[in-house]
Amino acid sequence: MKDFIRIRGLSKKFGNFLAVDNVDLDIERGELFSILGGSGCGKTTLLRMLAGFELPTSGTIEIDGVDVTNQPPYERHVNMMFQSYAVFPHMTVEKNIGYGLRKERMPRPEIAKRVDEMLELVQLQELRSRKPDQLSGGQRQRVALARALIKQPKVLLLDEPLAALDKKLRERTQFELMNIQDELGITFVVVTHDQEEAMTLSSRIAVMDRGQFRQIGTPKEIYEFPSNRFVAEFIGTINTFRGHVAAKEEDSISVDSSEAGVTLTALGKQLVEEGQEIEIAIRPEKIFISKEKPDDGDAVCLPGVVDDLGYRGNRSLYRIRLESGKIVQVSSQNRRRSVTRFLEWDDRVWISWRPRSAVVLLD
Amino acid sequence: MWRKAIIAAPYLWLLVFFLAPFAIVLRISLADPVIAQPPYSPTYSPDSFTFLLTDKLYAITYLRSVVMAAGATLLCLLLGFPMAYGIARCSPATRSMLLLLIILPFWISFLLRVYAWMGLMNNYGAINNLLMWLGVVDQPVQLMYTDFAIFVGLAYSYLPFMILPLYATLERMDLDLVEAAQDLGASRSRAFWDVTWPLARPGVIAGCLLVFIPAMGEYVIPYLLGGSESLLIGRVLFDEFFVNRDWPLASAVAVILLLLLVVPIVLLQRYQARDQEGTA
Amino acid sequence: MNRQSRFIISVLAFGYAFLYIPLVLVIVYSFNDSSIATVWGGFSTRWYGELLRNDQILDAALLSLRIALTSATMATVLGTMAGLALARFRRFRGRTLFSGMITSPMVMPEVITGLSLLLLFVTLQQLTGWPGQRGFGTITIAHTTFSMAYVAIIVQSRLMAMDESLEEAAMDLGGHPLRVIFDITLPLIAPAMIAGWLLAFTLSLDDLVIASFVSGPGSSTLPMYIFSKVKLGVSPDINALATLIILFISIGVLLSWLVARRRV
Repeated sequence: MKDFIRIRGLSKKFGNFLAVDNVDLDIERGELFSILGGSGCGKTTLLRMLAGFELPTSGTIEIDGVDVTNQPPYERHVNMMFQSYAVFPHMTVEKNIGYGLRKERMPRPEIAKRVDEMLELVQLQELRSRKPDQLSGGQRQRVALARALIKQPKVLLLDEPLAALDKKLRERTQFELMNIQDELGITFVVVTHDQEEAMTLSSRIAVMDRGQFRQIGTPKEIYEFPSNRFVAEFIGTINTFRGHVAAKEEDSISVDSSEAGVTLTALGKQLVEEGQEIEIAIRPEKIFISKEKPDDGDAVCLPGVVDDLGYRGNRSLYRIRLESGKIVQVSSQNRRRSVTRFLEWDDRVWISWRPRSAVVLLD
Repeated sequence: MWRKAIIAAPYLWLLVFFLAPFAIVLRISLADPVIAQPPYSPTYSPDSFTFLLTDKLYAITYLRSVVMAAGATLLCLLLGFPMAYGIARCSPATRSMLLLLIILPFWISFLLRVYAWMGLMNNYGAINNLLMWLGVVDQPVQLMYTDFAIFVGLAYSYLPFMILPLYATLERMDLDLVEAAQDLGASRSRAFWDVTWPLARPGVIAGCLLVFIPAMGEYVIPYLLGGSESLLIGRVLFDEFFVNRDWPLASAVAVILLLLLVVPIVLLQRYQARDQEGTA
Repeated sequence: MNRQSRFIISVLAFGYAFLYIPLVLVIVYSFNDSSIATVWGGFSTRWYGELLRNDQILDAALLSLRIALTSATMATVLGTMAGLALARFRRFRGRTLFSGMITSPMVMPEVITGLSLLLLFVTLQQLTGWPGQRGFGTITIAHTTFSMAYVAIIVQSRLMAMDESLEEAAMDLGGHPLRVIFDITLPLIAPAMIAGWLLAFTLSLDDLVIASFVSGPGSSTLPMYIFSKVKLGVSPDINALATLIILFISIGVLLSWLVARRRV
C-alpha cells in the first residue's frame, strides 16, 4: 500500500475559528514527514487529531488502511512525543518507559526485556532508576522518545521535538533522531516552527498557514522552487520584484518591473499570460555582487549602492539600494581571509544573477 | 459515563445541601410565625419583610454592621499592607518563616483567639494592668463590651485574610518596576502611588472583600467582646431564631443580609477566578 | 537602613505582637493557680488536671474529632471530584452554576449557611422522616459542604498548574481515561489533597456557628462547649484547654512546614 497515512477533507473548528481547513495529505510508510508553520497555523491541531486528542469536525484519517478518525487515543497504534516531553514525574525512567506495555498487560519479563532494549537504544542504561527531576532536558527528551517507541507504533508523532533543547544539543539530537528513525523504519510525523530543523530532518515537508497547506515537497523543492510567496518568504530570505509579463517564449518569460528598473528574464513554463502581474523572486545567496558590470550576456544585471552591510563570519550580508529605491538583500561567502572590507557603505556596485536562479511567483 | 459520575457526585451534593437550603430560607421568610412545630405557617405573606423595613431598629443594626465591618476592613488594610509589603521584601528564607507566622493563627481555633482578647481587655486584664502600672490611668478603662473591643476583635481575627492576598500580589510584582519609576524621576512616594499601589490593587480588593464579607455576618466576636446593646446583624439573626423562635423573621434577616452581600461576593468570585486563570 | 525600612520593620513588629501576645498570655495564665482567671496567684498545673477529669469536655472533644475526621474525608473525596471536573472537563452543562456553587460556601457568612442548612434538615425531616435527630450526621454534612469548597479550590489550582500533556501522554500510551486518573492525576495531586484534608479537618474542628445551628440537644461539639463556658467570662480551665490546642496545632503546623520545606 502506497499511502500509509491518508487524510481526506480534514477540518477542525474551535467555536468560530477554523484551525484546520479541509486538508488532504498522504504520507508514505517510513517517511520522516514534517509539518512546518508559524504559531497558530493549525499544525499542532492537525497532529493532535492524528493522535486522537481532538476529534475532527469533518473529514477522515486512515492509517495503514484502517479508518481511525473516531478512535480514542488509547486505542490507536500511534504514539506521541510531547513538546514538554510529559515524562511522568513520579515514576523512574524505567517505569516511564514501561508504562505503555504495562497498560497492554504484557507479561513482566517481556516488559523488562523490551525496556532494556529501549534503554540501550537511547543510551540511558545507567539512569534507569532515576526520577525525572534528576535528569537533564536532553535525557528527559530521550526518555520521552523511548517511552513512545517501545509500543512499536505505526506512526510516531513528534511535537516540536527539539524546541526545548539548547542549540548545540539540538544539532546532535537531530541526527540521533534521524538514525533511530532509519534503524526502526517507523513513520515519523514532526511538527515544528523551525525551518532549519524541518530542512535537516525531513524527507518531505508540508508548509502550513491558516489551517491549509501552502506547499508539500522535499526540502529542496520547498526551498528552491517555492510555489507561492508565503512559502518563499517563510523559508529563508528572498527578494521579490513585482512586474508585468512582457513576453512569453518557449521556456522563459520576460517581466517588466519598475522596481528592478529593467526587464527581467526567468526560466520556466509557468501558466502565465502576457500582461499578467506576477513576481520574480531570487534568494540572497544566488546573487553575485561586483564593482564592475559583469560581461555575461544572459545574466540579469542591476546597478545599485551599498546601503548597509554586516559581517557574519562565514559570510557577509549586504543591503543594496537600486535606483528605484528598492532594497535587495545579497549574501556572499567570505572565501578569502582579509581584514579590509571588499565593499564600503555607499560604494557603487552591480548585482547580477542567472535567470535560472529566479523563481516565478503567481500569488 | 465515569466522567458524568465525577461531575454528578459533588454537583448533586451542592444542589441538595447548598442551593436547596436557600430556596427554603426564601420560602420561610415569606411565611407567618405561628406557635407550632415547625413554627411557621404554610401561607405566604410579606409581613416579615415589611416589619424589617419599617422598624428603625433593624435598619440601624444593618447600618451598624456595615460600618463595623468596613471599619475593621480599613484597620486590617492599614496594618496589613505594610506588613505584606515588608514580608514580600524579605529574603526567601525569612519570608517563608514570616508567612508561616501569619498563617499559624488561622489554624488555631477562631473561638479561642477571640477568647484570648477577653482576658486581655478585661477591667483587670493585661492591658489595664499595664496602663495602671505605667501610670497612664489610675482607674481601669472600660475596654470590654464596647465597640472598640469589637473593632479590635474583628481586625485581629481577620488580619491574615487581608495579608495573604496582598502578599500574593506584592510578591509577584517586579521590583524593577519601582526602580524604573525612580530612575525616570519619581520620588519614593510618587513611585509607590504610581506603580506599587495600582499593581497591588487586585490584592487590596480581594483582601478587603475577604475581611468585609465574613465580618458582616459575624456572631461570636460581638457576642463575646461587645456589649449587650451593641447589636450586629449576625447576632440579631441568631437571637430571632433561637431566642424568639421567629423563623420567618430570622429568614427574612438572612435574605436581606444576603442581598447586601451579593455584590461583594460576586466581585470577590470574579477576582478569584481571574487570579486562578492568571496563575495557570 | 533608611526611613522606609524602619517604618516597615516597626509595623511588622507591631503586627506580629498584635497577633501573638494574646495567645502567649492565654498560655501564661493557664498556669495560674488562682481561680480568678485575671489575678496571678502563683504557678500551678492544677487546671490541666481538672481538664482531664471533665467528662463533658472529653465527650465534646471526641464528638468534634469524629465529625472532623469524617467530614474532612468526605470533603476531600467530593472536593477532589469537583476540582477535577472544573480543571479538566472543559465544557459540561451547568458548569457556571457548578463553579458558582463550589466557591460560594467559602464566602457565605456562617449564620446564613447555618440557618439555611438547619431549615433544610427540618424540612427534610417533615417530608421524609430523615434526619430523625440532629447531631453527628447533620453536623458532618454541614461541615462537608463548606469545606469541600476549600479542597476543590486547592485541587483545581494544583491541576491548573500541572502540565495536561502528562495525562494525554498516559492516554496516548494506552491508558483508559479513568485508569489515567488513578495512574497519573491522583498521585500528582496527592499533596494538594492532603493539604485540603488538613484544612477541612481544622475548619471542622474550629466551627462553632454552623454546628450550633444544625446540632440537636445532647450533642455538643468542643467549640460549642467552650462557647457555653466563655460566655460567662474568662475561666482558668478554658485557658488550659486553649493552651493544649494552641501548642498541639502549632507543633503540627511547624512540623508540616519543616517537612514541606525540606522536600522543596
